[in-house]
Amino acid sequence: METQPFRLRRREKLQMIWRYLRPVVWFFTAALVCACLSMVFNALTPQIIKLTVDVILDSGPAELPRFLKNVLTVDALRAAPLQALWLAALAVLVTALLRGVCSYGQRINLSKGSEGFVKAIRDDLFSHIQRLSFQWHTAHSTGDMIQRCTSDVDVIRSFVCNQLMEVVRTVFLIVLYLGIMFSMDVKLSLVSLAFIPIVGLSSGVFYKSISSRFQVADEAEGELTTCAQENLTGVRVVRAFGRERFEIEKFNKKNEHFSNLWIRLGKLLSVYWASGTFLTCLQVMVIILAGTVETVRGEMSLGTFLAFVSYNSSLSWPVRSLGRVLSDMSKAGVSMDRVGYILKAPEETDGPDAEDASARGDIVFDHVTFGYGKQPVLKDVSFTIPQGSTFAILGGTGSGKSTLVHLLDRLYELQEGTITIGGRDLRRFRRDSLRRQIGLVLQEPFLFSRTIAENIAATRPEATREELRHVASIACVDEAISEFPDGYNTLVGERGVTLSGGQKQRVAIARMLLQQAPIMIFDDSLSAVDAETDTKIRAALRENLGDATVILISHRVTTLMQADQILVLEDGKVADLGTHAQLIARPGLYKEIYDIQMSSDDRRLIQEGGEA
Amino acid sequence: MAAFDEQDYTKSFDWGVWKRLGPVLSHYKLAFAGMLGFNALCAITDVLLPLFQQYAVKEFIEARTLTGLWPYGLAYLAVILLQALCVVGFGQNSMHVEMSVGRDMRRELFAHLQTLSFSFYNVTPVGYILTRVMSDTNRIAGMIAWNLTDILWALFYVIGSFAAMLLLNWKLALVVILIVPAIAVLTYYFQNRILHWNRKIRKLNSKITGSFNEGITGAKTSKTLVIEEQNAGAFRELTGSMHNSGIRAARLNAVYIPLVLFLSTVAVAIVLLRGGYLVLEQALEIATLSAFISYAVGIFEPIQMTAANIAEFISLQASIERVTGLMDQVPQVKDSPEVVERYGDAFHPKTENWEPLKGDIEFRDVTFRYPDGGENVLEHFSLTIPAGTTVAIVGETGAGKSTLVNLACRFFEPTEGQILIDGRDYRERSQLWLHSNIGYVLQNPHLFSGSVRENIRYGRLDATDAEVEAAARAVSADTVVAKLEKGWDSDVGEGGDKLSTGEKQLISFARAVLADPRIFVLDEATSSIDTQTEQLIQQAIDHLLQDRTSFLIAHRLSTIRKADLILVVKDGKIVEQGRHLELLQKHGYYHDLYSKQFAEENAARILK
Repeated sequence: METQPFRLRRREKLQMIWRYLRPVVWFFTAALVCACLSMVFNALTPQIIKLTVDVILDSGPAELPRFLKNVLTVDALRAAPLQALWLAALAVLVTALLRGVCSYGQRINLSKGSEGFVKAIRDDLFSHIQRLSFQWHTAHSTGDMIQRCTSDVDVIRSFVCNQLMEVVRTVFLIVLYLGIMFSMDVKLSLVSLAFIPIVGLSSGVFYKSISSRFQVADEAEGELTTCAQENLTGVRVVRAFGRERFEIEKFNKKNEHFSNLWIRLGKLLSVYWASGTFLTCLQVMVIILAGTVETVRGEMSLGTFLAFVSYNSSLSWPVRSLGRVLSDMSKAGVSMDRVGYILKAPEETDGPDAEDASARGDIVFDHVTFGYGKQPVLKDVSFTIPQGSTFAILGGTGSGKSTLVHLLDRLYELQEGTITIGGRDLRRFRRDSLRRQIGLVLQEPFLFSRTIAENIAATRPEATREELRHVASIACVDEAISEFPDGYNTLVGERGVTLSGGQKQRVAIARMLLQQAPIMIFDDSLSAVDAETDTKIRAALRENLGDATVILISHRVTTLMQADQILVLEDGKVADLGTHAQLIARPGLYKEIYDIQMSSDDRRLIQEGGEA
Repeated sequence: MAAFDEQDYTKSFDWGVWKRLGPVLSHYKLAFAGMLGFNALCAITDVLLPLFQQYAVKEFIEARTLTGLWPYGLAYLAVILLQALCVVGFGQNSMHVEMSVGRDMRRELFAHLQTLSFSFYNVTPVGYILTRVMSDTNRIAGMIAWNLTDILWALFYVIGSFAAMLLLNWKLALVVILIVPAIAVLTYYFQNRILHWNRKIRKLNSKITGSFNEGITGAKTSKTLVIEEQNAGAFRELTGSMHNSGIRAARLNAVYIPLVLFLSTVAVAIVLLRGGYLVLEQALEIATLSAFISYAVGIFEPIQMTAANIAEFISLQASIERVTGLMDQVPQVKDSPEVVERYGDAFHPKTENWEPLKGDIEFRDVTFRYPDGGENVLEHFSLTIPAGTTVAIVGETGAGKSTLVNLACRFFEPTEGQILIDGRDYRERSQLWLHSNIGYVLQNPHLFSGSVRENIRYGRLDATDAEVEAAARAVSADTVVAKLEKGWDSDVGEGGDKLSTGEKQLISFARAVLADPRIFVLDEATSSIDTQTEQLIQQAIDHLLQDRTSFLIAHRLSTIRKADLILVVKDGKIVEQGRHLELLQKHGYYHDLYSKQFAEENAARILK
């Protein structure tokens, strides 16, 4: 986890947004244009009603807009009022239709734009995370990363697709409506305009000032959830100590606290809502009163009055929401930092002159020293694994045996010394090409939540069912899989069958075998399998490994002893190296373990395994 | 886990489910009434406001006079103020109802959970319970407080508007009402489809989260298999269908909402045409016409919103079912009414009636099977354990070593036969009486958020600081404290995750020592702990075993050898029992187990 919060510069934020926005920017532009057009058409309706009232229904002095003067006259309309009414109704419908079309265009384009935008971010994040170094992965917590990829992405999406759009639309609405209003009556418009900053600012200020309270309430909820969760996971402790009452009191206290925070917050919120309602209605009232006075004095026609009031009331709610949207937008900056942190992390990349790996030849570790932190885990390790041989490694926890594997597979980069395969430095190879040549089974293998068949066929999706069953039977898991109701199509994981540790290991072995890599590594990968099955699997493997180079890491002497060479790793150093016969002939770690483990039962098992 | 898949199905409306909310709501009748009352008043003032405009047009503008403008303005202001007050009243009551109802449901659920038995916890994931306690209760309370009132507001408002229109001019009002069925049909057609896509989107969304999870936790495997691009491709496919579904849902909305708006404009056009004609005929005033137009424009949005609101409200049934389903879980282990009468329940213990516990335990002809499994795990099993005995239970992982402990601690009760403590069937005493005398240390010790001190004090709530520290010293847990920055007051983190496993273990030992139990249970850890801590733990165990009846689910040979009685478990059944040497001489299963264990333990020691 990073120690101090990562911050993007403003320009970097804009660049990040622009990168994902650019491919879909036309959708957003179209949506905006449609939105503006739809507002324009919407603004026409009061004008039509105004004309209807002034020209047809009322008999005072009236004037037609310039573009209508060429076709129609006031007198002509007044002469045939019924036809004129039909015309007005028709005009209302036509503008509504146009507005509907624009509204459709706005919505559909906005959704295409925002779906495209968010898809681009998600895809990029996912593929980027896949390509981040293993070192990066071990340094970051999964939960936090998932949160960044989901909630934070949602915040950014809402910022770009809703809030930003909303702001642009509202600003356009204010300008358009105020423009029309000013053209109708300057004095009244100034009154209306005076309210806008009051309404907008008051809601903005309120939301800003209350946001810390929201945070406190959120934290209280988090504490409450933690309290419940700890109680549930620790239910055995609670019961064994008879602490039910204590737990309930603790929970109730937090429950009460959380609820009271919100009830108090509710008091503030409702006052804010009320003040907003009041201000909005007050503005409408002031305009109606002032408009009435002007109209009675003859400074304004009745139609204009009605239209003006109608514009004015359409203006007040968007202004209120603008204040809130603007204060919400500040949250997006933090989310951009959090997502940007992932995207800025460097991917594993190979140099332009990196070559295809070839696994032909001996693997040579030459004076390799390596540490994850300050302390070295491997200290000046040198050894050779001849091509086609079986090489075993024995070592305790923290002796560095898994690190050897990490380095060979280039999950970590070498710090000192060199590793070569067939005389060529590992670092000259492209990583993907190297890893394809190395099959690796981990002690705690990870299976994907797909079907068992898909898991085994991960490296070769085109493999036939026969091939899958073949490798599965080598790994002694074909029978177990066939017993599942859905066989090879059984889903693994949360929604499917839970496999036992041993079954998982064996599926992982089958998956690795299908890869047909010339170098195979078993990193303590039969630890969860009982000794008998272990022997069976190894016998089957021996027959099927061909000329592959095999590296075995294990605690079991029965596993180790079949290797051509055994490396004993102690405290990051090579303690011993030799064949089984050589190692049991001299005192040392291997011999000690051999003596302990080779109890009568195990000896019997080995003999059976050897005969099979 | 398939049984625990969360789903949001829509079953047909079931009044019986909704009735379950009655008791919770009944505590807040006043707030509930306030919420509904203010809400209705809000709607009424909303209906009144357009009338002010009509009045101004009619009485001032058309009459060409300003007399009476002041009283009119004041009346107008009064209505606005009234509305503002209603909003305050509504908001506060609504929030009050939401939070109180949510709080009460959580409280009840949580208290109920404390009574449920292990048979429930063993098969129910924590996440599943947590969703019900937190999310579902929040949703129910929130929907009742806000969603329901939105629906009612719209109902009041629409009815009020129609009433106003009917009063103003009933013929014209009928024209507007004609549009409503058209909107209803449209809404019905679209809502179902929109709901369908929204559900699909929710599912895809959780799949995307799952994929991120897998992409991150499976990173090492993906790298070694070189399937990064393949994973990214599968992910792109997923986001692709999300993309398409999102657009499909948006397209439905993009057609539906403009259509409703268009229909409402049709109403306006008809009002304009028909009303205009009436004005020309002098049968209607312009003022009334303009008010009509305001109403006609105003009612359609609430109608459209209400459709979505109602659909969502009905889906609340699933949440209610989830919560009541949990409330309906019956505890497997329960004290009889007579026992509760004498000894009290878990929340109101009558400690004055509790007899001291000595620690003799007897299994008398016990047959047992787990509530969810068919096979008998114990059959006619009898065993007498005198107070102070150390019983070790050994066997392979998953062989069922915890069963005896679960029975002895009354986490489960025998299917047949009896278990006697100090010579009396333990069902004659309360669970809490027994549990208060048990000290339990788990393989993966569980600590609670809070300080070290608070965690140790969990063993005995009224212990003084000095007693807490003494208990810690007794098991060398003070060495843990010494390393921590804030000493005894250091925060252990959520679930104790700021401490190492070994440290957590020592703290949990201290907790057990402080409780000073008559019966002590140790589910021994096999986790790798450094040698120094290992020694401290050994000493702590020795300390704890003194003078108590103890059950050890043991892995370490040193612990097993010390036991007065060893029970050997295989495939859920006790196959051998006796002392260490007796068992070894039998050359049976224990002997095998012992040799293997010995071999591995020594190998591990050598490799360290």
